[in-house]
Amino acid sequence: MAIILDHVSYVYEKGTTMEIAALKDINLVIPDGQFIGLIGHTGSGKSTLVQHLNGLMNPTSGHIYYNGEDIGDAGFNKKKLRSDVGLVFQYPEHQLFEIDVFTDVCFGPKNMGLTEKEVQLRAYEALKQVGLEDEYFYQSPFDLSGGQKRRVAIAGVLAMKPEVLILDEPTAGLDPKGRDEILDQIAKLREETGITVVLVSHSMEDVAKYVDRIIVMNQGSIMYDDEPRNVFGHYKELEEVGLAAPQVTYIMQAFREKGYLVNTDVITIEEARDEILRVLNR
Amino acid sequence: MLRDITLGQYYHADSVIHRLDPRVKLVTTLLFIVSLFIVDNFIGYAIAGAFLIWLIKVSKVPFRFIVRGMKAIVFLLILAVVFNLFLTPGEVLFTFWKLTITKEGIRTAVFMAIRLTFLIVGSSLMTLTTTPNQLTDGMEKLLSPLKKLHVPVHEISMMMAIALRFIPILLEETDKIMKAQIARGADFESGNLIKKAKSLVPLLVPLFLSAFRRANDLAMAMEARCYRGGDNRTKMKPLVYHRQDAVAYAAAWSYVALCVYFGRIFTL
Amino acid sequence: MGIIEAKKLIFEYIRRDEDGNVEGITRAVDEVDLDVKQGDFVAILGHNGSGKSTLAKHMNAILYPTVGTVWVDGKDTTNEEYLWDIRQNAGMVFQNPDNQIIGQVVEEDVGFGPENMGVPTKEIWERVEESLKAVGMYKYRKHSPNKLSGGQKQRVSIAGVIAMHPKCIILDEPTAMLDPNGRKEVIRAVRALNQAEGITVILITHYMEEIIYADRAVVMDKGHIAMQGTPREIFSQVEKLKELRLDVPQVTLLAYELKKSGINLPNGILTCEELMHELKL
Repeated sequence: MAIILDHVSYVYEKGTTMEIAALKDINLVIPDGQFIGLIGHTGSGKSTLVQHLNGLMNPTSGHIYYNGEDIGDAGFNKKKLRSDVGLVFQYPEHQLFEIDVFTDVCFGPKNMGLTEKEVQLRAYEALKQVGLEDEYFYQSPFDLSGGQKRRVAIAGVLAMKPEVLILDEPTAGLDPKGRDEILDQIAKLREETGITVVLVSHSMEDVAKYVDRIIVMNQGSIMYDDEPRNVFGHYKELEEVGLAAPQVTYIMQAFREKGYLVNTDVITIEEARDEILRVLNR
Repeated sequence: MLRDITLGQYYHADSVIHRLDPRVKLVTTLLFIVSLFIVDNFIGYAIAGAFLIWLIKVSKVPFRFIVRGMKAIVFLLILAVVFNLFLTPGEVLFTFWKLTITKEGIRTAVFMAIRLTFLIVGSSLMTLTTTPNQLTDGMEKLLSPLKKLHVPVHEISMMMAIALRFIPILLEETDKIMKAQIARGADFESGNLIKKAKSLVPLLVPLFLSAFRRANDLAMAMEARCYRGGDNRTKMKPLVYHRQDAVAYAAAWSYVALCVYFGRIFTL
Repeated sequence: MGIIEAKKLIFEYIRRDEDGNVEGITRAVDEVDLDVKQGDFVAILGHNGSGKSTLAKHMNAILYPTVGTVWVDGKDTTNEEYLWDIRQNAGMVFQNPDNQIIGQVVEEDVGFGPENMGVPTKEIWERVEESLKAVGMYKYRKHSPNKLSGGQKQRVSIAGVIAMHPKCIILDEPTAMLDPNGRKEVIRAVRALNQAEGITVILITHYMEEIIYADRAVVMDKGHIAMQGTPREIFSQVEKLKELRLDVPQVTLLAYELKKSGINLPNGILTCEELMHELKL
């Protein structure tokens, strides 16, 4: 049970002189339950890629399989796919439209044709999962703060009970507090439900401590696909394509250059501190 | 899909047409549109078509770019053609089921298709070769006599400039919201008309809200940059007629004369 | 008196429910005193809702104090006579790059401010050229803003403000919607303006790493000024920053942790080089 991308390519404006290859021969397996960080700067193809995963965009060539079925097949149920692979767009609060928070979250499950009772149950559950307090349920979504709105929008997708949750830059435009709250909530959700999560971001530092695996995209191709600590080892190459490893990676490298044999693949500040204390014999 | 609309976009190139005074282009476009409705035979439309193709060539705007803009109005075009084809009374050519096609019907339908196509291509050509600022400057200047009648000419032209600037942004936004709602299981395609209209709510509400938010931001940004209406404003690109503009006016009027003569008066 | 000064500035707005009845009063800015000197680079930092943007909008006479006074270049912002002087002298750049560009061609947008001010045509062209060069966007002058990246759009917006020859520019979260590359571009442009052209800069942000180059940083919380000082002084107070849930650069955090473990380090280390230097490695 997984999402498999087999030689997937996507070309914008195919057949014209403005042809742009957004995805170039992508091969990828997203197994159940993994927590993945998809990193790349603007225009690297990461947003195009995630829109392929739930069939919003169709590859120019190649195949995408969900649970063994080719989603490009004529008989494939795309509507079902979109509830199984939930996609939260960038600035998702801009899609809210209902008179109150609860009704808005009901929109997704209602579209799935569930019973009224089931719809409400799911909406309630989803709002709880994103940590929104009951008092906001019957307020207009437009009266909430930026961070709250975003959580409501995420709940709108969670209420469809997806098996895979993809979030396209869920922290864009939020302040550090809002960012940490959202990311912590997602990590908690994943722990509780075992859902597969793909977190699209342009910041390695933000996702480093959460994810099991980092996929780095550059110019429509996959540049690295590995555990975070191994990916950060390529910090020089990452810099060349306009991405940066977390600052602690640079600090550890600086120690290395001075001849201290620190372990350079640390991720957290605490790990870094312990390593430095170790080599300084304190 | 929505991004295909080229009406209102500017295509940068270095051509005589790009350099013409916007007033010339506005007047010529107007004359061209009028000519399409004066002309009443194929020679006239052939002249109009030739004139249009010549203009496109001179403008250096790729043909394909203009054609792409046509995709958006194909539906309108078909509708107009079908209505004219079946609903024009006259000499019956053939009948099947309840539909009759008349000689006049075919003639009107074909003319209608040509008119609409030329009209859209002609106006696209104007907007593609003229920046909205120039366009509205031209409009403002052409209409400025109306200021004496207390018509808010400057305000109208500023509103148009802003509308044109935001059309591509809002189209992109529509595309994005649509996708986001589809990802939540929304269905914009199936169902009857009422159901379809209802299904647009999740698209229209966010779109309007976004437009208001943008309008608010923009108003603030404009005021912060000392915008206070048209009085005492200077122009970065003031409109001054040059030789080439006189030549263009002459060409435009000659075209009209030619069209009227061959398209209306002269008959084979 | 500095270029921008605020004294006991309070700003309140009335919250209303759906029927327009008064629900309560929110005090967005609460007794803030501020004095910005000509040529300074001041960063104002804080969370969403801390009042930092509300404060910024007072400096351009978009909002007016409920209580207290704001002076721009010695002129009281509530005095309508000076409104356009103030807006010209204190240029403002906003958060959303799409919603502040008026022209459909880069150079026309930059010319918008000078046009409004009634600058003669020839001079507008000179100003547009120098402003676009100052932010490194001159070669894009004929482009459509829609085709530019976020960072480039913001640089065009900055050029649009510089073309008005302000004494001071206020940037209200100019990088919040940009990716890391765009953020770097904008900050680089802003620093260059401050250093090369001597323009006073007030940068409002929630990214800690952007304040490192400022002469002075002001941290706002719940409408108050919570901390104030040089970036180093601010970064020395790691505990307080954490309490305010602000992002501390990893190197500063690491130095702080090492210090807690008994290594002799000064407070407020800002860069990796500094850490290495202080460790005498």
